[in-house]
Amino acid sequence: MPMHLTRDRAGLSRRRWLAATAGLVLGLTAFSNAKAADDTIKVGVLHSLSGTMAISETTLKDTILFLIDEQNKKGGVLGKKLEAVVVDPASNWPLFAEKARELITKDKVAVVFGCWTSVSRKSVLPVFKELNSILFYPVQYEGEESERNVFYTGAAPNQQAIPAVDYLMKDEKVKRWVLEGTDYVYPRTTNKILEAYLKSKGVAPDDIMINYTPFGFSDWQTEVSRIKTFGSAGKKTAVVSTINGDANVPFYKELGNQGIKATDIPVVAFSVGEEELAGIDTKPLVGHLAAWNYFESIKTPANEKFIKEWQAYTKNPKRVTNDPMEAHYIGFNMWVKAVEKVKSTDPDKVIDALPGIEAPNLTGGVSKMLPNHHITKPVFIGEIKGNGQFDVVWKTPGLVAGDAWSKELEGSKDLIGDWVGKKCGNYNTKTNKCGGQGS
Amino acid sequence: MVAQVSGRFRALVLSAFLVVSLSLPALAGDFEDGVAKFANDEFSDTEEAIGIVATSGNPLAFPIISALQDGRLSADPDIKKVYITREDGKIIDAATGGVVDKLPDNAAAVRLNNRLRRTVAAALGSLTLTSPDPAKRIAAAQSVFKSHEENALPAINSALANETNRAVRSAFAEARAAVVLYKSDTSDAEKLDAIATLRARGDQEALALLTGLSDQPPLVARAAASAISSIQGTLAIWSAVQNAWYGLSLGSVLLLAAIGLAITFGVMGVINMAHGEMVMLGAYTTFVVQEIIRTSYPGLFDYSLLMAVPLAFIVAGAVGVLIERTIIRFLYGRPLETLLATWGLSLVLQQAVRTAFGPTNREVGNPTWMSGAFELGQITITYNRLWILCFTMAVFAILLAMLRYTALGLEMRAVTQNRRMAASMGIATSRVDALTFGLGSGIAGIAGVALSQIDNVSPNLGQSYIIDSFMVVVFGGVGNLWGTLVGAFTLGIANKFLEPVAGAVLGKIAILVLIILFIQKRPRGLFALKGRAVEA
Repeated sequence: MPMHLTRDRAGLSRRRWLAATAGLVLGLTAFSNAKAADDTIKVGVLHSLSGTMAISETTLKDTILFLIDEQNKKGGVLGKKLEAVVVDPASNWPLFAEKARELITKDKVAVVFGCWTSVSRKSVLPVFKELNSILFYPVQYEGEESERNVFYTGAAPNQQAIPAVDYLMKDEKVKRWVLEGTDYVYPRTTNKILEAYLKSKGVAPDDIMINYTPFGFSDWQTEVSRIKTFGSAGKKTAVVSTINGDANVPFYKELGNQGIKATDIPVVAFSVGEEELAGIDTKPLVGHLAAWNYFESIKTPANEKFIKEWQAYTKNPKRVTNDPMEAHYIGFNMWVKAVEKVKSTDPDKVIDALPGIEAPNLTGGVSKMLPNHHITKPVFIGEIKGNGQFDVVWKTPGLVAGDAWSKELEGSKDLIGDWVGKKCGNYNTKTNKCGGQGS
Repeated sequence: MVAQVSGRFRALVLSAFLVVSLSLPALAGDFEDGVAKFANDEFSDTEEAIGIVATSGNPLAFPIISALQDGRLSADPDIKKVYITREDGKIIDAATGGVVDKLPDNAAAVRLNNRLRRTVAAALGSLTLTSPDPAKRIAAAQSVFKSHEENALPAINSALANETNRAVRSAFAEARAAVVLYKSDTSDAEKLDAIATLRARGDQEALALLTGLSDQPPLVARAAASAISSIQGTLAIWSAVQNAWYGLSLGSVLLLAAIGLAITFGVMGVINMAHGEMVMLGAYTTFVVQEIIRTSYPGLFDYSLLMAVPLAFIVAGAVGVLIERTIIRFLYGRPLETLLATWGLSLVLQQAVRTAFGPTNREVGNPTWMSGAFELGQITITYNRLWILCFTMAVFAILLAMLRYTALGLEMRAVTQNRRMAASMGIATSRVDALTFGLGSGIAGIAGVALSQIDNVSPNLGQSYIIDSFMVVVFGGVGNLWGTLVGAFTLGIANKFLEPVAGAVLGKIAILVLIILFIQKRPRGLFALKGRAVEA
């Protein structure tokens, strides 16, 4: 919406002022025990604290502050305390680039943890390349990217979408598919990949319905009844949802009200986690699915410890945890290990040291940074329970390595990312040349 | 592996159940072993246990399976004991029926997945075909209709023979038709009968069963094809009705959001960008009311919305009066500055709410009378949308009556039509300004109560309605409440008829383009005000 954009820009100064105040307050609480500025290592936090994405990103900012706090209790890194520098890009994509530049040049941060939407990541990419710094990106995304300066700790499509579809096909015997998404780059690319994958598995084009709705869509009556109609063709039908953010709550409410039960038409979602469910009564949704690499309900000693300490840190015994938080947990620990390995925070040294670094995840395995700057993760399918948590009903036998370039798409199936041997993010294995789509 | 077994297994379960229920109860030992399998926390074992329990003929079978469905069945994995928490809170041992004092500490609810939920529903269906409650018998028939396993046929036949209630009879007959149609050795004549029954049922589920048929003799296939096209024809008409209903419902939401703006912008001429935030304040008031009720008076939950309506009006109205007194009254006649000031204000309000309540969505529950749906012919009408439509019309009527029949309404109209003359007649114009703005804001607050039922309660709630609200007011004709009404419903219905054809994204764009073209032709909207007030 063009109107939306202009409004955002005009409100910039006020938002900045608010962000600065918020940052100051947070800063005061977070580094009250930090020493003088010279013997600290600065860590940038680039998550929206206002605007439409604040709903998701604020928690990630808190997560990094929490992880830094824990690390400082253990004595920091290289004998120095860590110091968080929090900025607020206010859900405004151009402002992300501006704030990233500020973090790297003015605050001289050693590493940045940030971004949620793909468009914000694309907006900061040139800045990180130009100024040669490091970004850890914690959210599941559409793939088709491998950059030297970015480490992707969220799921690539083959670590979330493909296993979820496999589960529905094998366990639920689904024959007919609705790919329902919000109209932007992540759902569109994911659905392109899924469509190609489903067709390769012999699903007829008539049995796939692809549909997009605008951001923040709230009147789901027509869409839901279309799904109902599509699902009454005598074949088992499922909905694969890449609906993002705020639009999910009205969608699930409408599903519940129109009586679409998970036993009839299950919905598997890639953007709905514990945080999103906290705003809905989940009883009508029991049995609908989500695919993630982490669920709060997974019982491992590491996860129980993490949840306990997180709730103590936020002083909120009801605060939930979610998948992108775990991605930050893994990414942060990998960065700490890499810095300790090379005994320096120099970006070039850390970037070279990161591939191969292993760090435990919260679900009982050990994730590894791969040469394509993605990590290995387990994949879980969870069913929504009446209390807003998930019950894991299926998981991959081991960890799945993240593919930067999707094997399903014509343009990217020959590409690999390899920053160790080939020093290239889009190496074409057919032509043996660096460079290709997406460079 | 279990999936392949499941169909056959369910068949086995049902047939065994029939045999067993007619002859002798199964050995007690088998039943207890079966119940113990619930404690293994493996989906495959749970499936076996359901089969054993459902076929046991044991009087505990029904309590166990229904407890399993409601999540009231717990198991202790260490000592392999299974317990039912009855609806009255009593806990009984599922294997023996003996009363237990309390659940062991490590007992956890037996888990289900979607496949098991279907198995449970099918097992429960066959267990409740003879329930004394007609509603339960219909539900049981429906679950047999859905699973249409051929082994359910004897049970449904005997149930049908003994049934006297007409509604239940027809549900049983439809369930029987579904089973017969999919049974492998049915004669063509019986199949034709079944197709006729399904054709008479005429809904999407019947359509699904008919389209799912394959490899039929030509006579049957022809009958099925003709039944399919007949059902599709009826459904097409119903879908037009459904679109109209969706349009009315979307229109009522648009109207509700815009009606406050029709006062502040339409009547007073203030370009109020903070209008959406008043809606948001109303929604958060609902949240606070529900929170207090949840913690202190849980019994009153169904009345929470009724209580929230006056409170939301007061909260948003008070904030409106405050804004008018402190900011807007200095900016009358300067639209650009009003626009910027109120927009800045909207950001302040958003961030204030974000700081106070956090950036994440807040849960506002639906009272029971607003949950669910009912069928009207072949369309589904959800209660929340129906109530919002009624509520919107009530608010509109009250507002109209207020402007027309009360002293304040008269003063408001006088001031907006000719401020100077109203002042010379002794009307305190600045007081009326404040009250008018407060009224518009208060109504926006009421809208927030209703919108909290269908949308997210988050600091961004208002943003998604502000553009639509302006669109409705401008389209309907500034300064005319009836115009707002007609505008809202026109936009709603047009949107819902475009959406199935063009998709949600294109549909919205098309509507915007149409409005722009319309405004070119009629700059003052659908119902333009005439007379001197227009020029003022």
